[in-house]
Amino acid sequence: MKIGILALQGAFAEHEKMLDALGAEVFQIRQRSDLDRGFDGFVIPGGESTVQGKLLRELGMFDDLKDVIRNGLPVFGTCAGLLLLAKNIENDDREHLGLMNITAVRNAYGRQLGSFAVAAEFADIGEIPMTFIRAPYIKKAGRDVRILARVGGRIVAARQDNMLVTAFHPELTQSTAVHEYFLNMVRSVQSKALRDV
Amino acid sequence: MNNERFELNKNLAQMLKGGVIMDVTTPEQAKIAESAGACAVMALERIPADIRAAGGVSRMSDPKMIKGIQNAVSIPVMAKCRIGHFAEARILEAIEIDYIDESEVLSPADDKYHIDKTAFKVPFVCGAKDLGEALRRINEGAAMIRTKGEPGTGDVVQAVRHMRMMQSEIRRLGSLSPDELFDAAKELGVPYDLALYVHDNKRLPVVNFAAGGVATPADAALMMSLGAEGVFVGSGIFKSGNPEKRAAAIVKAVTNYEDAEMLAELSEDLGEAMVGINEQEIELLMAERGK
Repeated sequence: MKIGILALQGAFAEHEKMLDALGAEVFQIRQRSDLDRGFDGFVIPGGESTVQGKLLRELGMFDDLKDVIRNGLPVFGTCAGLLLLAKNIENDDREHLGLMNITAVRNAYGRQLGSFAVAAEFADIGEIPMTFIRAPYIKKAGRDVRILARVGGRIVAARQDNMLVTAFHPELTQSTAVHEYFLNMVRSVQSKALRDV
Repeated sequence: MNNERFELNKNLAQMLKGGVIMDVTTPEQAKIAESAGACAVMALERIPADIRAAGGVSRMSDPKMIKGIQNAVSIPVMAKCRIGHFAEARILEAIEIDYIDESEVLSPADDKYHIDKTAFKVPFVCGAKDLGEALRRINEGAAMIRTKGEPGTGDVVQAVRHMRMMQSEIRRLGSLSPDELFDAAKELGVPYDLALYVHDNKRLPVVNFAAGGVATPADAALMMSLGAEGVFVGSGIFKSGNPEKRAAAIVKAVTNYEDAEMLAELSEDLGEAMVGINEQEIELLMAERGK
């Protein structure tokens, strides 16, 4: 199973380490030509969404990535990755990939003093540690979006078909549960593809 | 600062990795930096090149000016306080700065003690020119390290020297046998547990950026290749002919620092780089402040 990790800016190495430990074949995507390598799943890490969104466009990767995700490539976005996938960001005019039917709030807990760690329930997994760094949350989710976790009443993890997003950073914790959940999404797409053949 | 807060503060630095942190003096410059792709900005009244030119005592910036920049951008905002000046640091914490740089660029307020950074909730980044300095700052509570380099010169030689020194000391520590570590920790002037961490993990326990003298995309790529996890650019951007273009080029150079063809393209037509001063020509070595 090959997983491409968007490595333009942010905490991509942490995802890489975790997915590698789970047995996936992981590589970094830094420019347009890296997309030609082919992969079964894609990760958009935490970092600054303004930086990643800008570089996606300027390095000529934006349209291709949008197409493959729209065509069903499993994708996992954490924090900035959630913002890049969101259809709407309430307090930001920038629209990025805009594929997931959610409205997010950026820096929703304020500045760094508002960053926090907590343990909370994640659907089908149970209680896991969650680290929020200048994090967003999801204010509204469409009907086709399944809510996977809430903290303090706010939506912090969700899934719509092939897209999984978390406002928190599982890659900064000891728990690999969310990454395993994502790899299972990738596997089920693969086995469906096999059945269709 | 409890352990959880320290972890969260280290985590924020992890989110900045692979990015460029730019010095800005006005909300307008902050917006230019943000739209050029800065992952954070450093708010200060005068950039290091001007501090160097003006001479005199250099202090924390006016909180009102910093707030103006906080309101202008959505990315993290950092600000500098003087080495050892915990009252300035408290002020910066009170205005909810995202990161405090206890910086040798400003005039030191204390020639012996650094700030006890464990007493704060907001994170600190500190400069270091070797592994001993880096681990001492981390022991005091720094959640991020940068090379000192030589700020405001546009000369990358000292940043290179400091990064190479740190990396080679990390490799050396990693090669020692466990019973040799006690003495190595003593020699470095650092606690044993931090020496052990470096020995076991072959890296600093926190994120390590390059700073001081970076002026071109090639400088940034050089520092990344030497092991920096991101880059601070101070005077290099807004002292150059075309700040927007240079800033955007340095951002891309940090992401694709190994792609020489892309770097060639990025280095074209950037206009004039900051003039710069060679290290032999300067009278004040800021890197010698605070060890």
